[in-house]
Amino acid sequence: MSDFQIKKSPTVYDAIIVGSGAGGGMAAYVLAHAGQKVLMLEAGQNFDPRLDSHQLKWPWESPRRGAGTVRPFGDFDASYGGWELEGEPYTQKNKSEFEWFRSRMLGGRTNHWGRISLRMGPDDFKPKDGLTDAWPITYADVKPFYDKVDRMIGIYGTAEGLENEPDGIFMKPPKPRLNELFIKKGAEKAGVRVITGRGSVLTEALPNNNDRAPCFYCGQCGRSCKVYGDFSSSSCLVNPAVKTGNLTVITDAMVREVITDKDGTAKGVSYVNRKDLQEYQVNGKLVILGASACESARILLNSKSTSHPNGLANSSGVVGKYLHDSTGASVSGFLPQLMDRKRYNEDGVGSVHIYSPWWLDNRKLNFPRGYHIEYWGGMGMPAYGFGGGVAQMNGMVPGRDGKMKEAGGYGKSLKDDYRRFYGTGVGMAGRGTAIARESNYCEIDPNTVDKYGIPVLRFNYKWDKDEILQAKHMQETFLSIMKEMGAVVTSEIQGADTNYGLLNPGKIIHEVGTIRMGDDPKKSALNKYCQAHDCKNLFVVDAGPFVQQGDKNATWTILALSMRTAEYILAQKKKQNI
Amino acid sequence: MNRRDSLKALGLTAISTTVLLEACKQPEAKTDVAAPEESTKEAGREQWELDRDKNLKSETFFTKHEMATITVLADIIIPKDEVSGSASDAKVPEFIEFIVKDIPEHKTPMRGGLKWLDVYSFNKFQKPFIEASADQQISIVDEIAYPKKARPEMQAGVAFFNRMRNLTASGFYTTEMGVKDIGYVGNAPNQWAGVPADVLKQYGMENVKI
Repeated sequence: MSDFQIKKSPTVYDAIIVGSGAGGGMAAYVLAHAGQKVLMLEAGQNFDPRLDSHQLKWPWESPRRGAGTVRPFGDFDASYGGWELEGEPYTQKNKSEFEWFRSRMLGGRTNHWGRISLRMGPDDFKPKDGLTDAWPITYADVKPFYDKVDRMIGIYGTAEGLENEPDGIFMKPPKPRLNELFIKKGAEKAGVRVITGRGSVLTEALPNNNDRAPCFYCGQCGRSCKVYGDFSSSSCLVNPAVKTGNLTVITDAMVREVITDKDGTAKGVSYVNRKDLQEYQVNGKLVILGASACESARILLNSKSTSHPNGLANSSGVVGKYLHDSTGASVSGFLPQLMDRKRYNEDGVGSVHIYSPWWLDNRKLNFPRGYHIEYWGGMGMPAYGFGGGVAQMNGMVPGRDGKMKEAGGYGKSLKDDYRRFYGTGVGMAGRGTAIARESNYCEIDPNTVDKYGIPVLRFNYKWDKDEILQAKHMQETFLSIMKEMGAVVTSEIQGADTNYGLLNPGKIIHEVGTIRMGDDPKKSALNKYCQAHDCKNLFVVDAGPFVQQGDKNATWTILALSMRTAEYILAQKKKQNI
Repeated sequence: MNRRDSLKALGLTAISTTVLLEACKQPEAKTDVAAPEESTKEAGREQWELDRDKNLKSETFFTKHEMATITVLADIIIPKDEVSGSASDAKVPEFIEFIVKDIPEHKTPMRGGLKWLDVYSFNKFQKPFIEASADQQISIVDEIAYPKKARPEMQAGVAFFNRMRNLTASGFYTTEMGVKDIGYVGNAPNQWAGVPADVLKQYGMENVKI
């Protein structure tokens, strides 16, 4: 007799939440604080920034000196994961090169993200150009939730009064660094607006919160923060929700599928424990997916039953479709004016101090929508790769004696050059709107399973001329800003052969749209409250419901929508509708 | 003012102070290469990462002769000067031994490059590189250290030296000695108040506002 069995728990939770990132964390926070008994399943292991962050470590504390060998964003980055996970493949169709970043840990990708916290604007929800479907909700519907998220979590910025870049409730912003002042001057000459950044970092004490301390300006948000000075779902949402006594978290729980009743209602979730490899089934009155846009789509597509033969919440066939990730392209170089600069601590915050919101009118352009620009540079902490460009740069500008010298070298003269060029680096990257297309999708690969036996995703994604022309415009703009600020470009000049440096889809890690919301059940999986049209007690709270992302990073909108959904759930429960 | 008071003066609260006092402790070991350690548990690391590091540290890639050559080259690239010590003072060769195992794409170009160097030296001076005189060594380095003016037939040597130079800089400036040399003064709790006034003035940026 086989000892294979599925361990079924008799407990019926008010809600089961799959995933502990921004969406799952917020739903858990709201529901647990309202007294709901909630079970959260997280595929990865436990992570608490206070204990597990590598904040304030020095490069020599890493044998690889911070290189990205095992963690794509460097050895101290707060991500257990990456674009490739051992034993958890995904596949491609039609030569697609979609790259899927997964963090297997409590808090998910919110532990290491850039904390750039932008609201989508009125035009992002209801596009005026008619190119993509409108959301079933407006900015006005979401605004109160953005406001609540701002107050609850904390965000710095400045009120600018830009229509499609709505202001929030801001704490004081960090002051600009020296290179950012050069950028400001140069960008203005190039006709590009630069404003104060908007980041979820506490530049002031958060009122009525004793768990989180203000930022102490180490600039290391990517490592996650030991004093909870920035937003991570683990520190700001999940831990407080656990403290209510109403949230139970099970880590290492890799969800296989949502279990439905004969009438098609969700009744629970089955998962495999990554550590003991045993199979479990848990029951809840509601199931809320917040596993990430692609992982939630995967779970739905794998949840086939007689009532949901096409996968759960997928009678429309849209689940997996309309996948889109922000566009990304960049330019970098150095500012010769900053050679031999004075040393001081300019770490600042680990999110952006400045950025350029989209500033142009598309009627005069050959591509739709737009992009924002993020900037970097300055006297950062040395890490693997340090000084890599100096042996080229030292042949581009005069030496101490005013004469040009040969690029390269060694010895005391090279050592002097490393010092001279330190802190002169500057660069910028665009993050733009990619059009949500039905033809860009993820689906179940019928031939491939992961090491847990769960069928994996297969991606089909092609950039269109809209995105390529946008990248071309980015390159032209960046070179113009670099020129106006007197910078020397050291990155390769990108042309048509490389799609103007447009990165592979998935590379910006803003993938959204796979379980989109809408009023028409034939064209959408969820209603405007992120409730499945086909299954009233199933909700999705990650970036799956996005109809069309703006050029704004997704997290602040995920938080606002998840809070809105959680409040809707509470209201519906009160009315006994679910 | 003791450390706790100074942290308070920075506007940090009691919870952050406690956490930071712990976090700010410098590692005990002054060595620049992380010492091989028991890979049982470490906060913020997945077990496979610890196991992988342990395995890498238990392997040896370079031969004694190769390590000696790497040491000579690293010290030619970053010698001791009035500010700081040499690459080997900062244990750069040991770092290179680790990093080629960590990033295996370095292995063949490094091994092959070292061999190329010895063959070139042998053809020119009838000695492997490390046995050539200091002047002879420098004469070879001069032929491969300047990519644009190097003779085309030296390209293999140029490519090797580029890699060797980059690894040496990576290894040196990521040590305590290198960080001090380059003048990075961050990685410490502080209140960022913007660019210092004298620096704003130096660059004529007093009136630039975001």
